[in-house]
Amino acid sequence: MSDMTNQDGRVRPGQGPLGHAEIDESITSRTETSGWQAIVRTQPFWVLMAILVIGLVMTFVSDVFLTERNLFNTTRNFAFFGIMALGMSAVICTAGIDLSVGSLMGLAGVVTGLVMQAGYGIVPGFLACMGVCVLVGLINGVLIAYLRMAPFVVTLGMLAMARSVSMVISNNKMIYDFGPDTELYLWLGGESVLGIPNPVWVLIILTAVFGWVWRYSTWGRWVIAIGGNAKAARLAGIPVERILVSVYVLSAVTAGLAAFLLVGWFGSVTNALGTGYELNVIAATVIGGANLMGGVVYALGAPIGAALMELIRNSLLLAGIDALWQQFFVGLFLIIAVLLEQIRNRGKSD
Amino acid sequence: MSLLELDDITKSFGAIHALQGVSLSIRPGEALGLMGDNGAGKSTLMRIIAGNFRPTSGAIRIEGREVHFHKPIDARNSGIEIVYQDLGLCDNLSAAANVFLGRELKKSFGPIRYLDYKTMYQRSGEIFAELKSETRPRDLVRQMSGGQRQAVAIARTRLSDPKLVLMDEPTAAISVRQVAEVLTLIRRLKDTGHAVILVSHRMPDVFDVCDRVAVLRRGTKVADKRISETTPEEVTGLITGAIGAA
Ligand SMILES: Nc1ncnc2c1ncn2[C@@H]1O[C@H](COP(=O)(O)OP(=O)(O)OP(=O)(O)O)[C@@H](O)[C@H]1O
Ligand SMILES: [Mg+2]
Repeated sequence: MSDMTNQDGRVRPGQGPLGHAEIDESITSRTETSGWQAIVRTQPFWVLMAILVIGLVMTFVSDVFLTERNLFNTTRNFAFFGIMALGMSAVICTAGIDLSVGSLMGLAGVVTGLVMQAGYGIVPGFLACMGVCVLVGLINGVLIAYLRMAPFVVTLGMLAMARSVSMVISNNKMIYDFGPDTELYLWLGGESVLGIPNPVWVLIILTAVFGWVWRYSTWGRWVIAIGGNAKAARLAGIPVERILVSVYVLSAVTAGLAAFLLVGWFGSVTNALGTGYELNVIAATVIGGANLMGGVVYALGAPIGAALMELIRNSLLLAGIDALWQQFFVGLFLIIAVLLEQIRNRGKSD
Repeated sequence: MSLLELDDITKSFGAIHALQGVSLSIRPGEALGLMGDNGAGKSTLMRIIAGNFRPTSGAIRIEGREVHFHKPIDARNSGIEIVYQDLGLCDNLSAAANVFLGRELKKSFGPIRYLDYKTMYQRSGEIFAELKSETRPRDLVRQMSGGQRQAVAIARTRLSDPKLVLMDEPTAAISVRQVAEVLTLIRRLKDTGHAVILVSHRMPDVFDVCDRVAVLRRGTKVADKRISETTPEEVTGLITGAIGAA
C-alpha cells in the first residue's frame, strides 16, 4: 500500500477516492455526539415526532380523540404490544427473530386460566404462566444457540406447536372462571392506578428497567456486542450461547406477561389468544428502531413503535375509515421505517 | 527457562494440513518474528497458542508446565493476549466498550452492579495516550480508520499484564506513523519483560524490533534464526522457497 504525506507533514495511508483534507475533516467531525444531538439521530425520536404529528392532526379530525376515555383505551391497548416488543428488541438485537410469541400468549393464557379455574389462586396461576414461558424460551434458545438452528425456523415450529398444545389442553373451550382470585385478576388487567391502566404501568416500569439494562448492565452490553459481531464477542470470552438462550427466554417471558395481563383485562381466555400478534410485535419493534441485522436496541423504541401502531388503528377508527385498512397501514409504516433506516445507513458508510 | 514452548504441533482442517510438526520456544522479554507466505499457517499457529483452536497433536508448555487451552479465556488466564488479524471488534460499540469487552469494569450500588463508564473511558483514554493514538474512547468503532481500529485491538492487550503478547499482522493496513508507534509499543513490551510474537509480512518491522525470526512454509518451520545472524535477503529466500531451509 502506498503511503502519502499531506500538508501538515503527517502521513496517512492512501484511501481511495477521498482526498486527505476530506479525511481529516471527516475525522474531526466525528466528535462524540452527546445528549440532544444523539437523541435526534435515533429512529425512536422520529417515530415519536410522527406520533405527535398524527396526534395533532387527529385532534382536528375527531373530537373524541383527546377524550380521557379514548386515550385510556389507546394506551392500554398498546401496552400489551409494547411489553412484548421489549423482549423482541433483545432477540432482534442479536440478529434473531421470535415468531412464537403470539402462540405462546395463547398457551400461557390458557395455562393461567386452567390453573386459576382449578382454584389455585393468582400466584400459582402467574407462576405457571411464567413457568410455561421460561420452558418454551429455553427450548427456542437451546435449539438456536447450541444446535445452531435458524431462529426463523425454530420459532416458526414453536408457533405451530404452542398453539396446538394450547388447543389440546383447553379442550377448545373458553375459560372465564378464574376461581377465588377472579376479582383481583380482573382488577390487575382491567383497572388503573392514578388514572393510568395497570398494563401501562407495567410497560412504563419495564421500559425504565430495560433502559437501565441496555445502558448499564453487563448482560445488556454483551447482547449488543453479540449483535454487532458474534465472533468477536466469543473471542472476548463472552458466553455467547448462554446469552442467546437468555434472550429467547426473555422474549417468551414478556409474551407471558402480556398474556397474563390481557386475559385479566378480557376476563376470559380462549386458545386463540394472541393469534397473529407476532407480526404486530415485530413490526412495533422494527418501527421502534430495531435493525433486523442486529446490534441496535432502544428500550424506548418498543413502546414508541407499539404506540404508533395503536395510534394508526385508533385514528382510522375515529376517522371513519374501514378497519380492514388497519393492517395495510401497519405494513406501510413498517416498510417506511426500514426504508428510512436504510437511507440513513447508506449516508453513513463511505 | 522458556516462557512458551511448542512441541511438535500439528493442525489439520480435514484434508488441509495447516501445521506439520512445528516446534518453537520463546523466552521472557524476547520478540520473535513469525514470517511466511499467505496460507503458510501463521495465523493458525497464533490461534492455537491463544486457545482458539486445539492442536491436532503436539504439546504446549508454559514455564515448563503443559497446558491445554479449551477456550481463549484459558490462554488469557495463563497470561497470553492476542491481537487478531481481523481485529475482532464490535463495530456498533465505542472504542472503550471494545477495549473492555468481556471484562467490563463495574461499580456497586448496594446489591446492584452496573457498568463503570467513567473509569472505562478514563482507563482506555490513558492506554490510547500511551499508544500515542488519537483514538477517542467514546467514538464508535464503525467510524474509525484502520489505524484507530488497530489501536483499539492493541489496547485490549494492555488491560492485563500479560507474559506473552501475540500480534497477527498488527501493522497491516495502517499508516507509516502508526507503524512506528506499534513498533515502539512492541519495544516497550520487551523492555518490561514481556515476550512478543509478531506475525508480519513486512521485513523492516521484523528486523527492527525482533530478536529472532522463524519462517513457516506450507505448515512446516523451515528456519529459526537470530536476527543478527541473518539478512532480509535470506529470510525472503526462505519464505519463497528459493532457499530450502536454514
Ligand atoms: N478454520 C479453518 N478451516 C479450514 N481451513 C483453515 C482454517 N483456518 C485456516 N485454514 C487453512 O490453513 C492454512 C493456513 O492458514 P493461515 O490463516 O494460518 O495462514 P497465514 O499464514 O496466516 O496466511 P496469511 O498471511 O494470508 O494471513 C490455509 O490453507 C487455510 O486455508
Ligand atoms: Mg494470517
